[in-house]
Amino acid sequence: MGNSTDFRLATAALAALLGLAGLAPLAAANEVNLYSSRQEALIKPLLDEFTKDTGIKVNVVSANAGALLQRLQSEGRNTPADVLLTVDAGNLAAAKNAGLLQALQSSVVTQAVPAQYRDAGGQWTGLSLRARPIFYALDRVRPAQLSTYAALTGAQWKGKLCLRSSDNIYNQSMVAAMIANEGAEKTENWARGLVANFARPPKGGDRDQIKAVAAGECDLAIANTYYYAEMLRSDDATEKEAAQKVGVFWPDQQGRGTHVNVSGAGIVANARNAANARRLIEYLVSAKAQAWYAENNQEYPVRAGVAMSATLQSLGQFKADPVPMEKLGEHNADAVKLMDRAGWR
Amino acid sequence: MRLDGWRLGTPALALLLALPVLIVTAFVFVPGGEVWRHLADTVLGEYLLHSLWLLLGVGAGVLLLGVPAAWLVVQTGFPARRVLEWALLLPMAVPAYILAYTWTGLADFAGPIQTALRDWFGWSYGDYWFPQLRSLPGAIVVLSLVLYPYVYLLTRAALLEQSHSLPEVARSLGAGPLGALRRVTLPLARPAIVTGLSLALMETLADYGTVQYFGVTTFTTGIFRTWFGLGDAAAAVQLAAVLVGAVLLLVLLERLSRRGARYHAAGRAQPAARRRLHGAAAVAATAFCALPVLLGFVIPAWQLVAWAIRERDSWVGADFLHLAGNTLLLALGVAVVTAALAMVLAYGQRLRPTRTVRSAVRLAALGYAVPGTVIAIGVLLPLGWLDNRIDGWMRTQFGFSSGLLLSGTLFAVGYACTVRFMAVALNTLEDGLGRVSPSMDQAARSLGRSPSGVVSAVHLPMLRASVVTALLLVFVDVMKELPATLILRPFNFNTLAVRTYELASDERLAQAAAPALCIVLTGLLPVLLLARTLRPARGGFRAAT
Repeated sequence: MGNSTDFRLATAALAALLGLAGLAPLAAANEVNLYSSRQEALIKPLLDEFTKDTGIKVNVVSANAGALLQRLQSEGRNTPADVLLTVDAGNLAAAKNAGLLQALQSSVVTQAVPAQYRDAGGQWTGLSLRARPIFYALDRVRPAQLSTYAALTGAQWKGKLCLRSSDNIYNQSMVAAMIANEGAEKTENWARGLVANFARPPKGGDRDQIKAVAAGECDLAIANTYYYAEMLRSDDATEKEAAQKVGVFWPDQQGRGTHVNVSGAGIVANARNAANARRLIEYLVSAKAQAWYAENNQEYPVRAGVAMSATLQSLGQFKADPVPMEKLGEHNADAVKLMDRAGWR
Repeated sequence: MRLDGWRLGTPALALLLALPVLIVTAFVFVPGGEVWRHLADTVLGEYLLHSLWLLLGVGAGVLLLGVPAAWLVVQTGFPARRVLEWALLLPMAVPAYILAYTWTGLADFAGPIQTALRDWFGWSYGDYWFPQLRSLPGAIVVLSLVLYPYVYLLTRAALLEQSHSLPEVARSLGAGPLGALRRVTLPLARPAIVTGLSLALMETLADYGTVQYFGVTTFTTGIFRTWFGLGDAAAAVQLAAVLVGAVLLLVLLERLSRRGARYHAAGRAQPAARRRLHGAAAVAATAFCALPVLLGFVIPAWQLVAWAIRERDSWVGADFLHLAGNTLLLALGVAVVTAALAMVLAYGQRLRPTRTVRSAVRLAALGYAVPGTVIAIGVLLPLGWLDNRIDGWMRTQFGFSSGLLLSGTLFAVGYACTVRFMAVALNTLEDGLGRVSPSMDQAARSLGRSPSGVVSAVHLPMLRASVVTALLLVFVDVMKELPATLILRPFNFNTLAVRTYELASDERLAQAAAPALCIVLTGLLPVLLLARTLRPARGGFRAAT
């Protein structure tokens, strides 16, 4: 039969597919392979510095944390990854629980990072901190009217709150921390009260909540510190102006303290370059790298005694909630369900 | 019995392409229980309702924009028609979430439009009503603007190939111009319109970026939330399976409603005189065709340029040429492979239209409605399994580790993209092939052509436009593709979409403008090529212009 043309077509297509497969990465000697849920552009300069100092090349794949965990799992013992770097303690706890990490075994890390920001089992360490305080409209709200997260459910704030969607991991972690501290029932009542005070259905990112306060759409918002700090330093005049109309309030200073979260890293269980992986993590908690985080990404260093950027200093000192970071991961699913029930979309 | 290559090969290839979706849907059999009960009690109804409204809204939107525009540019003459004919394709080059971000930047309370209004009238917050862009209707508008080109493109191609004698016959039999349009022209173009519509709707179902940013909870946001928030992959994938089921239902309904009717071109397309519009009608036609171009391309692109110029400091060290190179390599490779495989599937189906072959081919086209992340996981699992099996075998047999052969390679990325965008190529080619009447095959065979001779002498020339359309649609789609590339790529492999997303997801919209603009510019190339290629009608006849 004369089907040969079509078979040739099919064969050519198959050959093209297989051709793509030939581009598999080859293992080189002095390198470390990083799976990162932090955007590559945000950490690249730091990684370049590491390479310059140590001669170790860093290869990066960055993607959503959950997907990276899935990839690590499906690659199994042959995974090329050496280090997992991600934001939010919940993701780190999930990686640990899935057996994807190994013990860090670094005295450099244990000396540099306070125990609260490390895994109790020694499998991961925090690298930087971000706080989630209350932002208020300077012209309409006096700081004296504010006190705690819990007080945001008061009747005087009806229609005054802007919060982003509960899809967001930062909100999930904040609620998880509250579950760990106050129990699920109390937290759910709080979430209902919060939803009742929303000025609008949740939408947009953290910066959008701060902008909405500046615009007058609401009086109060909850957002991460580094977004606000970035806005203060923005090249965009309108964004900068918006941030200047908004003040930071550190809630729960008489009680448990303001909610904080970490970005962190651990060595992958099947790492081939475990020694290089350890060097990279130790580098990331070094005073030099910690100062870089603070200066360029507007995050708080995990290491004590590191100079902060002027912008971060202008936000003032605060007391952080000492809840152990692994609790956030433990309660994450409960937090999501609780917010579903409370109508926090 | 002789082995029938088509009868076996077509379903085999189709199943290979359906594998990721099938693997993911296989999770349906994992008992979900508790999380499902939670979802059903709280948010599931809302997901359903929002997804449904989104489908209805975007469906209406793309039809109302795409079909009249196609009819106007093909059959009438009005000012700027020749420019608008290709400009109407431009919004296709803009990723939906980029359009969402830029319009939010423009139309937000603090954006230039509202600020100008306030300055003008001395209003402040609460003094005036302004439509909320970040809402369900907003998402419908944004997705309609990005997706109507599918309907426009395919409808236009169908109208160009239509014989003008048919509406003339209808007119001579007493039908008015609208009657001829309603009873002859549109029904004949229906398969093409439906193909465009189904592509737009599948893409709508799979959209995550836009609805997530606009705070509209849909099935797709639900999948992500269940997976990464509730940590329940099985329940998440079961949601995805419901999505796939819904798409199968849509496909079935469409096939049923056609009831086996076929639409073949009965003869040569006769170039007919274009009806020139005058006065108000001409102005209205120009305005109608210019509106989606302005809203979907010109204004957002202008905003991106403004942002990119303001953030020019952040370009330093950004290796756009390298990123564009990677993007082009991937998009070109996947477009060629996908179009070739789609051709094989479409032919297999034409030559052996058995139930098995047809069902298998339909399965291969499901990927388009499934969010890229879900496809990526469906690719990760089998490749990881295969790699580790091979590796284990090599270790026990030869004491040698072969490591990961396919996982984390460009093959994995290419495979995922092929699976995801197969429907685009397949539907386009099927639509084109469907217009080739079997009587032409028979005539060519009776004139002594071999089956492959029929392909080269009859089909390929007639399908040229469809093949080019399939190639370019897949190309543009891959260029904008994000999640599968993000998750499956090898180390240090970045594309323009990845860079754009990384900056945008960190809420650095202005800094994301430069790479986004590169996507749009790179996307312009194939779009312009598409417009050029489609200008002369097929078969060597030039449409009257």
